[in-house]
Amino acid sequence: MDSPSALDPPAEAAGPSAPLLVECVGLRKTFGGVVALNDADFNAIAGEVHALVGENGAGKSTLIKAIGGRIRPDAGTIRIKGQAQALGAPEDGHALGIRTVFQELTLLGGMTVAENLLIGREPRGRLGFIHRRRMGEEAEALLARMGIEHIDPLALVEETSLAERQIVEIVRAINNRPDILLLDEPTSSLVEREVNWLYGQIEELRKRDTCIIFTSHRWHEIRNVADRITVFRAGRHVGTFEDIDESEAITLMTGKRVSTLYPAVPPLPARDAALEAKGLRGGRLNGVDLTLHKGEILGVGGLAGHGHRELFFSLFGAERTSGGEILVGGKPVRLASPRQATRRGIDIALVPEDRKTEGLFLGMSIRNNMTLSVLGRISSAGVLNFGAERRVAEEMARRLGVRMQGLRHPVGSLSGGNQQKVLIGRWLLMEPRILLLYDITRGVDVATKHELYELVSRLAGQGHSILLYSSDAEELAHLPHRVLVMREGRIARELAGPDMTAESIVSAAVRDTAQS
Amino acid sequence: MPQPKRKAAWIRLVEQNAGLVLSAVLLVIAIVLYCAIYYAAQGRLPGGFELTTTVNNTMPLVFAGAAQAIVVITGGIDLSVGGVIDLTNALAALYLGDSPLSMVLCTIGVIAVGGACGLLNGLLVAYGRLQPILVTLATLAIFQGLAIRVLPAPGGSVPEAYTAILANFEAPYSLVFIVVLLVVWALVRRTSIGVGIYAIGNDDLAAKSSGVKNLRSRVTAYVLSGMLAAVAGLFLVANATSGDPTTGNGYTLRSIVAVVLGGISLFGGRGTPISAVIGAFVSTMIVNILFFAQIDPLYQSFFEGVFLVVAVLLTAIISRLMRRRAVA
Repeated sequence: MDSPSALDPPAEAAGPSAPLLVECVGLRKTFGGVVALNDADFNAIAGEVHALVGENGAGKSTLIKAIGGRIRPDAGTIRIKGQAQALGAPEDGHALGIRTVFQELTLLGGMTVAENLLIGREPRGRLGFIHRRRMGEEAEALLARMGIEHIDPLALVEETSLAERQIVEIVRAINNRPDILLLDEPTSSLVEREVNWLYGQIEELRKRDTCIIFTSHRWHEIRNVADRITVFRAGRHVGTFEDIDESEAITLMTGKRVSTLYPAVPPLPARDAALEAKGLRGGRLNGVDLTLHKGEILGVGGLAGHGHRELFFSLFGAERTSGGEILVGGKPVRLASPRQATRRGIDIALVPEDRKTEGLFLGMSIRNNMTLSVLGRISSAGVLNFGAERRVAEEMARRLGVRMQGLRHPVGSLSGGNQQKVLIGRWLLMEPRILLLYDITRGVDVATKHELYELVSRLAGQGHSILLYSSDAEELAHLPHRVLVMREGRIARELAGPDMTAESIVSAAVRDTAQS
Repeated sequence: MPQPKRKAAWIRLVEQNAGLVLSAVLLVIAIVLYCAIYYAAQGRLPGGFELTTTVNNTMPLVFAGAAQAIVVITGGIDLSVGGVIDLTNALAALYLGDSPLSMVLCTIGVIAVGGACGLLNGLLVAYGRLQPILVTLATLAIFQGLAIRVLPAPGGSVPEAYTAILANFEAPYSLVFIVVLLVVWALVRRTSIGVGIYAIGNDDLAAKSSGVKNLRSRVTAYVLSGMLAAVAGLFLVANATSGDPTTGNGYTLRSIVAVVLGGISLFGGRGTPISAVIGAFVSTMIVNILFFAQIDPLYQSFFEGVFLVVAVLLTAIISRLMRRRAVA
């Protein structure tokens, strides 16, 4: 234990009474020069839900991968059901009754949901060949048994949404009746209702004496389902607790005190409209009206598939609209492409949720990634000025507090939160007046979340106008000035002041306004 | 949770087999065009003789295309298809005897040699973790060299009975072999290996975490490819009635053309070898059209290239439109 004594950690949980199902002793794993696990211990028992918390890069995912057999630790012992195991491949884990739902989904996009669900255990006909029709029926029955009716088993996985894929992945893991179920950020792409579905499934598994180990960055979720909570920091086990509150946990995770997660909302200057949408239509959008003021943080919430993605991409010119108007600074503009949206005088920037596919070039350096938006400005006569490039990137990295080994290192070597900062940095270099932030804290650890919140709040204070979508209702309740809740392609409700709570946002998203 | 309307079965079928549907449409267009040009040139519509020669001329490419398609679906590419055809073509011309027993044994032997060539590719790619394009580029040269060693100059002979079976001049009996190919593929698709071939083409790592036997699936794909290329070599030798150790060279690129015309993604994991069969016929029809349009043979490859670009563009545009509709 290396937690500073001045921080008085809460009392650690007593040793478990049931026999240990998973026992890790002195695990060590390095990737290149980075130590992911450093003499890490961990244990879990049958019938418990065990949360693993820590910052990104604390070693949670590495531990999960080691237990699941996806990676082999450099040193240390893993005992499963009392037996020391050398797990070198996922099959080894499967054979011991271990199933994992990975953070980076492992579904096969060009194959159907049914094929993915039943891979390796397909129903066979009389001659031993896979029976395709029965496979569809079995998948349908399996989904129905677990209360999922909205996913078509014969759809290709690539046709389904991120949340649906996550659900399919979870269903597949549970269907294999594991003794040990590992969930690495299972809720990062799920909305409230689907998260509740997952709680229900976890409850069922707990009754069957399954050991469930999961990681999450959403504290209320951890509080709701976990029996025990283990905190990791810098590849080490810091402590395991039955009861610990959020600020204590954050203190242990970061090694420093964080008073509150959400910064104070900056005061709103004069109500000048920066960005307006009037009757915006197209795709899922069904007449959206909104006004974003100068210096305002305007939250957008709602269930997945109700049009926020289309709204953000339309406002960025990345999605075509079929009707309505967009006004910037009171003047109507036509945004047919992101190029037009980022043009001087309009100055709109979008930070997307899926930074890996929609923004960053993971193999390229932090510097190159950051300065991509301003290459023109740091070139003379078409030739890139490397000195200017480095200065610009250095300054932005410092301003955003990017934790890195150096600007030359590839973005892929950074933790998720820091990758997100690089992407935000790229757009900030353009000095945009309007920032569209689309679920930027998804899958980001709590300490980095805190930093991102402070950044957003600071940017608004400096006069940037921010439209912020989040799948986390808590975040929407605390960070913005106002929140718009979308349903069926339109703004269903506007919440402000004391009405702006996570509960009211969720209920406005699911229920008809007349009833709420 | 909300239950959105499900798509009608036939719409889903069309959407999920867009490549197959598009290649079929392409084939219909090519046939109509061919008939029109033939009519303009000859004053009558093409008949049974034209059908038979077209089928017989296309059979080698049908199997070469299917061979290529299986490897492409795993996310790889097989440049050695032409080399395997050279080698098997030469072997068949040398060893085929007149007795039925000799023909059966020789056929089996030649297909086994094709399988062995594929096995070599597969082992190098799967266990050696080498790039398919490099491995098969090297083995292409090796197989071509072996072919020359086996049959230094064009020659050898093919028993008439053998030609009558594989490339009958009376009627397009060889269509039966396409049916056999389709049935065999439908069965392979319904095995763990068949699932594995698609799975590794989609995402190697994800396939592994799903418990797929990656190495075995990949090696099997290359073996199947080698065997199908050997069959292509047999059809070629039967059609020509004698052997030529360099006649297969063009088939590497032509097999890729058949795959592309079949709308199979070169990124892997999607599509079916059936559409490569259709792609093979489209490719033959293009040559036929050029012939009857009385294009100077010197410019033939120029126009073939132009047709190919137009066809590929058309396929890309239509599938993009379909995707946009599917999203909306």
